[in-house]
Amino acid sequence: MRLSKFTKASVYTMVAAALTVGVLAGGEARAEDGQYVPGMVYRTGPYAPGGIPWADGYADYFTLLNERDGGIGGVKILYDECDSAYNNDKGVECYEKMKGQGPTGASAFQPLSTGISYAILDRVRADKIPLITSGLGRADASVGSVFPYVFTLPVTYWAGADAIVQYIGQQEKGALKGKKIALVYHDSAYGKEPIKTLEALAAKEGFELSLFPVPHPGLEQKATWLKIGRQLRPDYVIMWGWGVMNATALKEAAAVGFPMDHFIGVWWSGSEVDMNAAGEVAKGFKAAQFILPGNSFGVYKDLKAKVFDAGKAKGEAAEHGTVIYNRGLGAALLTAEGIKVAQDKFGKKPLTGEQIQWGVEHINLSPERLEQIGFSGMINPVKLSCDDHEGGGSVIITQWDGKEWQPASDWIMPRREGFLRPMYEESAMAYAKEKGITPRDCSKE
Amino acid sequence: MFYREAGQFKASYAADQQIFPIRQDRIAYYTLLAVAFAAVPMVANEYWMATILIPFLVMSIASLGLNILTGYAGQLSLGTGGFMATGAFAAYKLSTWDIGATFGLAEPMHLHMVLVFLGAGLVTAAVGVLFGIPSLRIKGFYLAVATLAAQFFLLWLFNKVPWFTNYSTSGVISAPPRELFPGVVITGPMAHPVTKYLFLLSLVVLLALGAKNIMRCHLGRAWMAIRDMDIAAEIIGIRPMRTKLAAFALSSFYCGIAGAAWAFLYTGSVEPLAFSIEVSFKVLFMIIIGGLGSIMGSFLGAAFITLLPVLLTNGPRLLGLNIPVDIISHLEFMIFGALIIFFLIVEPHGLARLWQIAKEKLRLWPFPY
Repeated sequence: MRLSKFTKASVYTMVAAALTVGVLAGGEARAEDGQYVPGMVYRTGPYAPGGIPWADGYADYFTLLNERDGGIGGVKILYDECDSAYNNDKGVECYEKMKGQGPTGASAFQPLSTGISYAILDRVRADKIPLITSGLGRADASVGSVFPYVFTLPVTYWAGADAIVQYIGQQEKGALKGKKIALVYHDSAYGKEPIKTLEALAAKEGFELSLFPVPHPGLEQKATWLKIGRQLRPDYVIMWGWGVMNATALKEAAAVGFPMDHFIGVWWSGSEVDMNAAGEVAKGFKAAQFILPGNSFGVYKDLKAKVFDAGKAKGEAAEHGTVIYNRGLGAALLTAEGIKVAQDKFGKKPLTGEQIQWGVEHINLSPERLEQIGFSGMINPVKLSCDDHEGGGSVIITQWDGKEWQPASDWIMPRREGFLRPMYEESAMAYAKEKGITPRDCSKE
Repeated sequence: MFYREAGQFKASYAADQQIFPIRQDRIAYYTLLAVAFAAVPMVANEYWMATILIPFLVMSIASLGLNILTGYAGQLSLGTGGFMATGAFAAYKLSTWDIGATFGLAEPMHLHMVLVFLGAGLVTAAVGVLFGIPSLRIKGFYLAVATLAAQFFLLWLFNKVPWFTNYSTSGVISAPPRELFPGVVITGPMAHPVTKYLFLLSLVVLLALGAKNIMRCHLGRAWMAIRDMDIAAEIIGIRPMRTKLAAFALSSFYCGIAGAAWAFLYTGSVEPLAFSIEVSFKVLFMIIIGGLGSIMGSFLGAAFITLLPVLLTNGPRLLGLNIPVDIISHLEFMIFGALIIFFLIVEPHGLARLWQIAKEKLRLWPFPY
């Protein structure tokens, strides 16, 4: 193919000009006044089906606040998105680009990815911007004295694992000794999180734990499930999956005839997206949730009036009320509440990340406050403090009935006192020692 | 006009054999170094340095490594990601090794960062030699598949054996904060991007100079002989086993340092999945687009592949277009792919060849011949 000299030269000039423009473009600030909230979301990449509803929920809540209340405390929210494609490097790039935007810098980051959270964990400490890892790792960041800028509210993976085992204990009327429980997990930082907790519980309660790692992305599960279904025959299987791994696991479990109601997944394995992908066989599957699905909660009245009907919703109407969309709403609530509490102390103006860190640390979502903002019943009360960045949230088990998720248990409180808390502290102190960090003294704050 | 070569005579063999025999080239090279060392830290902002320049420098080390193996020695390898992971984990183990505890000292003592990087490179070189042994029997595409074993095995090893991550629950390693000189922190969250950038830049300059000189000496010529016709090379007395394993060793040394730099200077914390097969392909594309068998080509390819996605994401914003983020991501893939195809059609020998042609024309300019 012979290209004319002119075409070649023009392409080269364009690329060279684009390169110069592009590198100069990085990091220029926006001129408007308001509170800048970054949205580190993924709408593309291998986990987009889970990322898109969350991104829409996150964006819609801030749209609602702007439309209904004119922002938070009268300060407009400047919401902006950056696509991380669930890729750690892109996530870091998005973080660096967005952390300095807005008049006072970024408010808080919620990367919706354990990998990206780990990647920016050290940076948020240096840049003094709160990182909210709602329902993600790392669990030992609940120790606020070692991780002042990381918040794991309302529950961590370790708490979730404990709640699931409590539920199994309830189902077995307390007779866990001698039972066989298998963990099928995504072989990554995310999937490995619950292992230590489950091993500790196995030693404590007397059940037998078997581990089945599934290599990324999770499509190769035939051998795993043949072993589970034919050889091991456990009483319960717990799953820590994400993305295509979930639907594949459900289909393989059905193929070996494992009963669905003894198959419990963590919250990232429990979304409508995965159930619909698995089809009919998913009926009866259970999942732990920390935010309930549904569109009958108080906040939806305002959402419908100000956002959906006004045509300002980010996504399609079909996703409203789904589990991941509500999780996005809940996550946005945590950022917004942190900003509001910070404004009560520092004044109603655009705040810096350091001030918002104080705000998030003093979040107190009491039943009255939840009722006031319309999230009553969707998320359970949560109260943070300097030392406790998890807040005492609880977990509920839901079951898929073929069309939607129905609650299958009451709200279960993970056993933090005397069990999880010492584990958090041990791990956090080891991290502090490795990094040479002196934990801050919470009694002085 | 730019290259006034009249009057440039060489009075010694050393002057004749230098890397940049033309004075204008030397001036340009020193100016580039001056800009990179002095001007950029003063002018660039943190975003520029942390997300554009540092990953570019790290990936240029990796593509130098792969170019040594594939471009100069002709051994096609898809194990780059695995070797980078080896470098990262070796660096982690070396930097967290408490020398004080091992030798019974009172205070904890750690290896200096420079030694950590060198050590990581040497460990990876040893691993590279191990996985290079199949190259003595198989060639080309089949060797690529054999090196794939390195890629998958090494990642599996770091995932499975908890010793490599110091028994952490999550399998993620993070760089401990270390100082380069007393008072100047080089790793960890308190490290200033300028410190990291300058350290990395010095490392890259040294490694590139080293690679260029190795290619001009006996070993480099032996590699090029093996690449062009290995049987003839063996006949004239080049020992294939030593030469090929030396190529694997040096290439893995570079890739190991690149992996350590990636984990310690760029991301700060890394899990084995960060060095998956996509990284191996990425580095291979860098050297193919940049130019096989060319040191300049490694840099050009690394620049193309690390910088282009960044500018494609930022460009629309600067032009004032409000395109949704997912469309930007998809556009990025499309434009990237189109540009790769364009460059491969227009110049299959890579950007380095384009630069070579441009320089030849510049030497004569304004005359056509």
